[in-house]
Order: sequence, then structure tokens, then C-alpha cells
Amino acid sequence: MSLARFAAPARSDVVALRVRRAGPLALLQDAGRFGVRRLGVTQGGPADLHAWAWANRLAGNGWGTAALEVTLGGLELEVARDLQLAVCGADLGASLDGQALPLWQRVALREGQRLAFATPRAGLRAYLAVAGGFVAEPVLGSCACVVREGLGGHDGHGRSLAEGDVLRVAVRTPSGPAPTVPDDERPDYRAECRLALLPGAQIADFAGASLYAAFNARWRVDDRADRMGVRLTGPALRCRIETLVSEGLGLGAVQVPPDGQPIALLNDRQTIGGYPRLGALTPLSASRLAQCLPGQAVRLVALSPERALADYRRFRRGFG
Amino acid sequence: MSGQGCALPRLEAAGLDGWLVRLFDAIDEANLAWLMALSRRCEAAFGDALVDLVPSYTTLLVVFDPLRLEPAAARERLLALLATLEPDAELGEAAPVRELPVWYDPSVGPDLSRVAERAAVSIDEAIAGHSARTYRVFALGFAPGFAFMGSVDASLATPRLATPRQRVPRGSVALAGRQTAAYPVVTPGGWNLLGRTSAVLFDREREGFSLLQVGDRVRFVPVDRETFVAEGGDPTPMEEEAP
Repeated sequence: MSLARFAAPARSDVVALRVRRAGPLALLQDAGRFGVRRLGVTQGGPADLHAWAWANRLAGNGWGTAALEVTLGGLELEVARDLQLAVCGADLGASLDGQALPLWQRVALREGQRLAFATPRAGLRAYLAVAGGFVAEPVLGSCACVVREGLGGHDGHGRSLAEGDVLRVAVRTPSGPAPTVPDDERPDYRAECRLALLPGAQIADFAGASLYAAFNARWRVDDRADRMGVRLTGPALRCRIETLVSEGLGLGAVQVPPDGQPIALLNDRQTIGGYPRLGALTPLSASRLAQCLPGQAVRLVALSPERALADYRRFRRGFG
Repeated sequence: MSGQGCALPRLEAAGLDGWLVRLFDAIDEANLAWLMALSRRCEAAFGDALVDLVPSYTTLLVVFDPLRLEPAAARERLLALLATLEPDAELGEAAPVRELPVWYDPSVGPDLSRVAERAAVSIDEAIAGHSARTYRVFALGFAPGFAFMGSVDASLATPRLATPRQRVPRGSVALAGRQTAAYPVVTPGGWNLLGRTSAVLFDREREGFSLLQVGDRVRFVPVDRETFVAEGGDPTPMEEEAP
């Protein structure tokens, strides 16, 4: 459990992008902040691990390299030097000098060009990875940006990108051609999705009718949704346990407070909590949920740990 | 000790990359020595496959990298550790005692008089009651460096506010039920505020980052306004929020 695991590369970095217009939320994210949760410090990292990983892979970067998570759009960047990048995840109407920017592939950009994100067309969060990787001073071993805690990000203080900010990159030209992203790795974020859930220890404490409802109802993604968690609305679930003594919460944990409406916990969740849980979404399902817009329908599907592990292994293969 | 039976300790599935070790079913200071011992042994036994450890009052969440260590193998490893687990002897009275200077005053502790009223004591007696005990850090959570400490004298126990405040100032010393804590950063919060400490509770430049660690013993030491300010405390009074 070493804090040095995700240390930044040596400082031979240069200014690569300048923020001309700030959108609502644009955060630098490496894989996350690990080894300090016992201090109450949250995990952070990309809400959609899948799209973040693909953006880095297309850019020729190793696992854990910092990429930019752009939520909802609105961000406009000026390219400060020639570079290559890839944008994966949500279609936020990205354009390069007014021309549509192709997603899920590596693109070469020239100094002086303008890269702009508009508004969501499909999905919520886009990931921008630059070949070589963004460089920022790690805080508590990571540059994952957590606004609530004031930790990480491009300036180390957990801030979203603001007009006038600059992003530094350890520019490197990737060797060899970029891989092609298979069609089935490019989700249609507008489609109703099935979220895989690994049942947890309190599952038997939910009333039978509630268990049936949990796995058969169509859940709506509520507008109370952020990087801490996503509330789902639907039938009220009843659990024999109202609260527990607070205990550690993993990524994707689906807790059910007394109002019966589940909350799936994402990267910036509090480290401990005391509501009973149905279980935990798999990392890939947590990623998928992070792309859902308020009002979208989702279903919960129970999955075996063996299947979940096989899916995760398949996803990680080839990501270094 | 296997499966989902009633016996403790018990391993509970916590997603693809975690096991929650449930050691106890109720909050007790004696739990800590076991939880700390298990934490240290996990660090040694899991090595690079260990991603994080989250100790709390009765449990330890062990997060591992499932690509380096299969969940079933992680479970076996934990069962082996539990079979020979001994509590941390050094945790008892040898644990460090941290002293937090506190300016107890209604201007920075707007719930002080209500806590005293509930206990049918004077404000001075409530302050004496809160600062008389040596508390133990049971868990860190809620925010970086936020230490849940216990246990406050039962006569002072006060439930959380019905409506949390939007903004609790940094350093606020607070009470909820029989737990007490100090807020490391400005956050919303529903605990009863008694005063403010000048101690810096979380510092990214400090070794270990958090002033308080699980297992530490803590004493709140009453100081006057002058001392509080001289030690760097911010005496800005609380602004009462509209209900």
C-alpha cells in the first residue's frame, strides 16, 4: 500500500492547453487516491473508469495516467502546442475549430486550435487524455481531484478548471498506431442500462417484496446525483435494519436509507456510513451509472462474483 | 467464522475488491486493539495487493486489487489471520495522548447552552464534563481527519440537530449522542457545537497528514479567548443560519 504507486512522472512537462472558458465541472483524475481512506480521505478518480481507461489507452498512456473528466460540457480549451489526444465517454458535442471532433480515437491537434465542449447529447462525462499524460503535483500520493476535500487536481487544491488555468503535459509522441475501439466497447449511454450488483451481507434483511422490487422495478436516476453518489427513485424498499454502526464503504455500494430510495455510492463517497446495503455495483456498472442523466431508467441485476471478476479481467486486459 | 452465520468474526462480501471483516457487534473501546492488530497484519499479509484499509467501530474493510489477488484467496488469507489474531497490547494506556486546546464559548459554540440545559447543569459544569474525560479515537471518516471520539459522559449526551448547519467553521468542537469530534475543515454538519480548537487537525504537509489517528487518546483542554487567538485560532463568531 504505497503512496508512491501513482507518483507523477519527472517534471519535463510543458503547458499544453489553456482554459478559455470554464464549464460547470472539469477535473483532473488519475486512478484515485489510495492508502489514506483510514484518515477519512475519499478515493476520487474517474467516475467512469471505462471511458477514462480507453482515453488513456488511445493516447498511448499507461494505467493510472491523469486525464481530464469533463462533466456536462461547456469547457473551451486552446491548444498551446502540437499534441495528440483522445476523447472518450459522453458525447458532449466536442468540436475542434468548429468541426465535430471524433470520439473514441486518437487525434492530432495543432498549436492555436480551439477544442470546445457544448452540451450532453449522450452521456454525462467525457474523458480527455493527452499523449504523455497531464502532469500535476500529487497530493497524498495522487492528483485525483476531489473538490469537497480540496485535494488534487491541476493546482493541488481540488479546484475545477477555471478560465485562465493552464494544463501541463509530459508531451510524448505515442509509438505505433492507436488501437481501434471495438463497437461493443462504445456504450450507447442513452439506452436503458442493466447495472450488475453483487449482493451484500444485509440483502436477506430486506423484506421479500422489496427484494423482488429491487431487481424487477425500473429505477429512475434522480437529479440528486454527483460524484459522491446517485440516488435512484422507485418503489420504497423496506429493510429490517434501519441503521448500522458506521462501517467502510466500497465503490458502488448501494445503500438504502429509511426512505427506501437506494443511493449508489461513487468515487467521492464518504469513507464510512451506516445504512444497510443491497450490495455493491461492479466497477463497470458504477462507471455506466456515472454516465446516466437524471430521468434515465436503469435496472438492477444480481451478478455472481465469478462473472463480475471475469468481466473486470476482460476489461483490464490490454490496459497495461 | 465462515460464511454468513451469526458467529463473529465474520467476512462479508463488499463488492469485487473488498471484504468487510466484522469483528464485533457493538461499539466498545476494547474493539480497537483488535482492529488495529488486524490492520497491521493485513498490511504484512497482503503486501502490494492491498489497496486500502478502512477501520471503523466494529469492522475493518479490506480493499485489495482483484487482479493481483483473487477474492477467494483474499478471503482465505483473512481467515488465516483471524484464526491467530491477538489484540495489540501496546494500544492500551501507551497510545499517544493528544491535547486539543478548546475555547468553549457560546459565540463559537452556539449549542453549549442547550447541551447544558438538557443535562440540567451550568455552562461551566458542561464544559468541565466534556473536558474531564480522556477520549479514544474510534474511527476517521466524514471528512479528512474527522475523528469520531468517545465516549462522552451519558449525562451530556445530546442528539444531532434536526436540520444540519450549512457551514460549520473549521476547528469547531462538537458533540452528537455520546460521541465528540472536531471539524478539520469547513463543512455542513449536524453536530452540537461547544467551542473551537486552534489545533490544525489535517495538514497535507504533515507526516501522517491527520493529527488524530485511530486508537489515539484525546483530551480537550479549556483555554481562554486570548490563548486561543495566540495559538492561531479564529475567534470569528458563528453566524446563526435561518432555520
